[in-house]
Amino acid sequence: MTLVSGWGRFPVVDSDVLRPRSFAAVGEAVSSGTVARGNGRAYGDAAIGAVRTVGMTGFDRVRSFDPVTGRIRLEAGILLSDLIDTFGPRGFLPFVVPGTRFVSIGGAIAADVHGKNHHCEGGFGRYVDSLLLRTGQGEVIEASREQNSEAFFATVGGMGLTGIILEATMRLRPVETGWIRERVISASDLDAAMRALEASDEATYSVAWIDCVARGRDLGRSLIYLGEHAGKGELPDGADAFPVGKDPRLSVPVDLPSMALNRTSVRAFNELYYRMGARRSGGSHVVSLYPYFFPLDGIGGWNRIYGKRGFLQHQCVIPEQGAGAVLGEILDRVARRGDASFLAVLKKLGQGDGILSFPLPGYTLALDFPVKGDILNFLDEIDRLVVAAGGRLYLAKDARQSRTTFAAGYPALQRFNAIRKSLDPAGNIRSKLSQRLFDEV
Amino acid sequence: MTSRKSAIVLGGSSDIGRAAARAFAKAGYDVALAGRDVAALEPDAADLRARYAVEVGLHKFDVLDTASFDGFVAGLPALPDVVISIVGLLGVQQDAESDLTHATAIMRSNYEGPALILGLFAEKFLARGSGTLVGVSSVAGDRGRASNYVYGSAKAGFSAFLSGLRARASRGGVHVVTVKPGFVRTRMTEGMKLIGPLTVEAPVVGDAILAAVENKTDVVYVSGKWRLVMLIIKTLPEAVFKKLKF
Ligand SMILES: Cc1cc2nc3c(=O)[nH]c(=O)nc-3n(C[C@H](O)[C@H](O)[C@H](O)COP(=O)(O)OP(=O)(O)OC[C@H]3O[C@@H](n4cnc5c(N)ncnc54)[C@H](O)[C@@H]3O)c2cc1C
Repeated sequence: MTLVSGWGRFPVVDSDVLRPRSFAAVGEAVSSGTVARGNGRAYGDAAIGAVRTVGMTGFDRVRSFDPVTGRIRLEAGILLSDLIDTFGPRGFLPFVVPGTRFVSIGGAIAADVHGKNHHCEGGFGRYVDSLLLRTGQGEVIEASREQNSEAFFATVGGMGLTGIILEATMRLRPVETGWIRERVISASDLDAAMRALEASDEATYSVAWIDCVARGRDLGRSLIYLGEHAGKGELPDGADAFPVGKDPRLSVPVDLPSMALNRTSVRAFNELYYRMGARRSGGSHVVSLYPYFFPLDGIGGWNRIYGKRGFLQHQCVIPEQGAGAVLGEILDRVARRGDASFLAVLKKLGQGDGILSFPLPGYTLALDFPVKGDILNFLDEIDRLVVAAGGRLYLAKDARQSRTTFAAGYPALQRFNAIRKSLDPAGNIRSKLSQRLFDEV
Repeated sequence: MTSRKSAIVLGGSSDIGRAAARAFAKAGYDVALAGRDVAALEPDAADLRARYAVEVGLHKFDVLDTASFDGFVAGLPALPDVVISIVGLLGVQQDAESDLTHATAIMRSNYEGPALILGLFAEKFLARGSGTLVGVSSVAGDRGRASNYVYGSAKAGFSAFLSGLRARASRGGVHVVTVKPGFVRTRMTEGMKLIGPLTVEAPVVGDAILAAVENKTDVVYVSGKWRLVMLIIKTLPEAVFKKLKF
C-alpha cells in the first residue's frame, strides 16, 4: 500500500498503486475496487482506487495522426503538454484545454474538462470520436456516438467509473500559430463582471479572475481575459509561429508554513494584480498560449504553498437564471471569512456532453481554501446555496461534498449507475470518490 | 536537398531507448529501432512516425548473439550517422553471486555485446570518416560496490572500452559519447528506492544524449550532481570504502 492523494493533497489515503506496461497487464490489474489514474491533477479522491490505483501515464504513444484533418489516435496516458509540444509546431492544438497542461488525455475525457471556450465550443469530450475502454467486467470495447453509445456518454465525464480508457481518437484544432490575441477588461464589481462575460459570448475564450478579498462596493471586482487564436500576421516581429513551452522555472520545494498566506499578503497581492490588469485593459495584445491558458504551470508544485494539510477547491456551477444573486452571496461570505485564495475564477459554461459531465448553462465559480479550522462546515453551508439554486459541484475538484449535495446536483445519476452496472455487474471499478458519493454502503 | 541524418537505437524498447528515439526524431533524424522482439517495437515506430513524420526502420538485434553482429551491420539499408547502445541488464546481484549463468548474462549484456557491436560500427565509421557512437554506461561502473559489483564491473569495462575507442576514433573523425545516467525512473528501477534529487525521468536522458551528440561531449553525467557524488565515492580510500554499506 502507498499513501496517495490528489493535487489538493487532501485526503491522503492508502491504495495499492500499479503501473502496468501493457494493455493486457491493465486488464489483469483490474480487480475489486480499482480505478485509473492519469497525472493526478484531480484535486480530491477521484483518481484513487478504493483498493487499487492503476497509473496510466506510461501509455503515452501516438497511434496515428492525419496531418490534413488533425484526427489523432492516442494512448490514454499521454499528457496534453506532450500533445501541445509535439503537434503545436505542426499546426494543431487540442480544441479544449483546462487550466493546467499537465493532465492526461484519459483524465481529460474522464472529467470531460472544460476550458475557457466552453460557452461556445463545449468540453473535451465533444472532440473525442471514439474510445477503447477496458470495462470492469473484463471486456475491451470500442465506444463512440454510434457504437456502444451509452458507454461512450457515460465515460465522457464519468470520472473513470465505467472502466479504464486505453485509447482515444480525437480531433485537433488547426491553428496558424501558438499565440493568443488577448484583451483584458476590468470590471469593478460582480455585476459588471457577469455583464462583461455575457457580452463576450462570441469571444472564443473568456474567463474572469475575481479578487475574492475585495468587499462591499468592490465585491466581485475582476479582470476578464478574452482570447482569440492569432494569425501569422499578428505576431511580434521575429517571433516564432510556435513559442516554446518552458518547464516550470520556479518550483516550491517544501511546504510553506500556513502563515505565508495571510490576509495582509493576499490583500496586497490582489490589489497589485487588479491594478496592473486594469492598466492593461482596453486594447489587445498577443501572448504565448502558455501563460494565457496555463498561468499556474509556471510555478512547479504550487500546491505546496498551502502547507502540509493541503487545500480544497470548491467549484460550483449555478444555472444562468438568478446566478448573480447566489454568486454574490457566496462571494460575500467568502470575502468576510477572508481565508480564500488570492483569486477566484468565474466563467460561463454551456451544456455538457457526457451523462455526468459537470457543465450546465450558467456560471462556474472556483475557489481555493486551505484545509484548516471550520472550513468543512463553511463549505457545507455554501453547498446549500448551490443546491437551492439548482447548481452542482465539479467532481474533479471535489474532496468533501455530501451525498445529498451530489445527488441533488446530478439528476442523471440513476441513468449513469444503470450503465455502469451493465458494464461492470460485479462492481469492480470503484474509487474513493465513488465510495464516498455513489456506491451503496 | 540534403538528406536527413539518421540514428539507430540498439535496445529500442527500453524506456531510455524510447526516449532517445523520440529526442532524435523530434530533432529531425530518421531513426531505426533495434531489439530482440521486432513486433513489440511496432507501436513505438508508429508513435515516432505519427509524431514527427520521420522514417522509422525496425531491425532484429540480440546483444547476446554476437555471431549475428556482422550480418546485422551488413544488413542495414544504410550506415547510420549515429549509433546509440542502450542495451543492458541490471540483473540481481545476489543471484549472480552463485549463479554463473546469471552472472555471465549480466557481464555479456553490459560489456561484451555493447562493446563488440559499437566496435564494429566504429570500423565502418572510421572507413567513412564520420559518425557518432553513444554508449549508455553507468555511474555503477565508476567504482565497484558490494551491492552490485557484477553489473558495475561490466559497466566499468564498457566505460573503459568507450574511452579507449574515443581516443583512437577521434583522430579519424568519429566521436564517441559515454553516458552515465545515474538513477532513472524506468521499468528497470521500478520498485527500487531511488534518491529523489538524484533521479531523472527517461526523457531527460533522451534529451541529454541528443545534446551530447550535437555538442560532441565526451562523457555525460545526466544529472550534474552525479559527477560530484561519484568523485567523492571514487576518492574514498579503499579502507574506508569497504566498511561502507551500499
Ligand atoms: C492547476 C489546475 C487547473 C485546472 N483547471 C481546470 C479547468 O480549467 N477545467 C477543468 O475542467 N479542469 C481543470 N482542472 C482539473 C483537471 O483538468 C482534471 O482533474 C483532470 O481530470 C486531471 O487529469 P489527470 O490526467 O491528472 O487525471 P487524474 O487526476 O489522475 O484523474 C482524474 C479522473 O480521471 C480518471 N482517469 C484518469 N485516467 C483515466 C483513464 N485512462 N481511464 C479512465 N479514467 C481515467 C480518474 O479515475 C479520475 O476519476 C485543473 C486542475 C489543476 C491542478
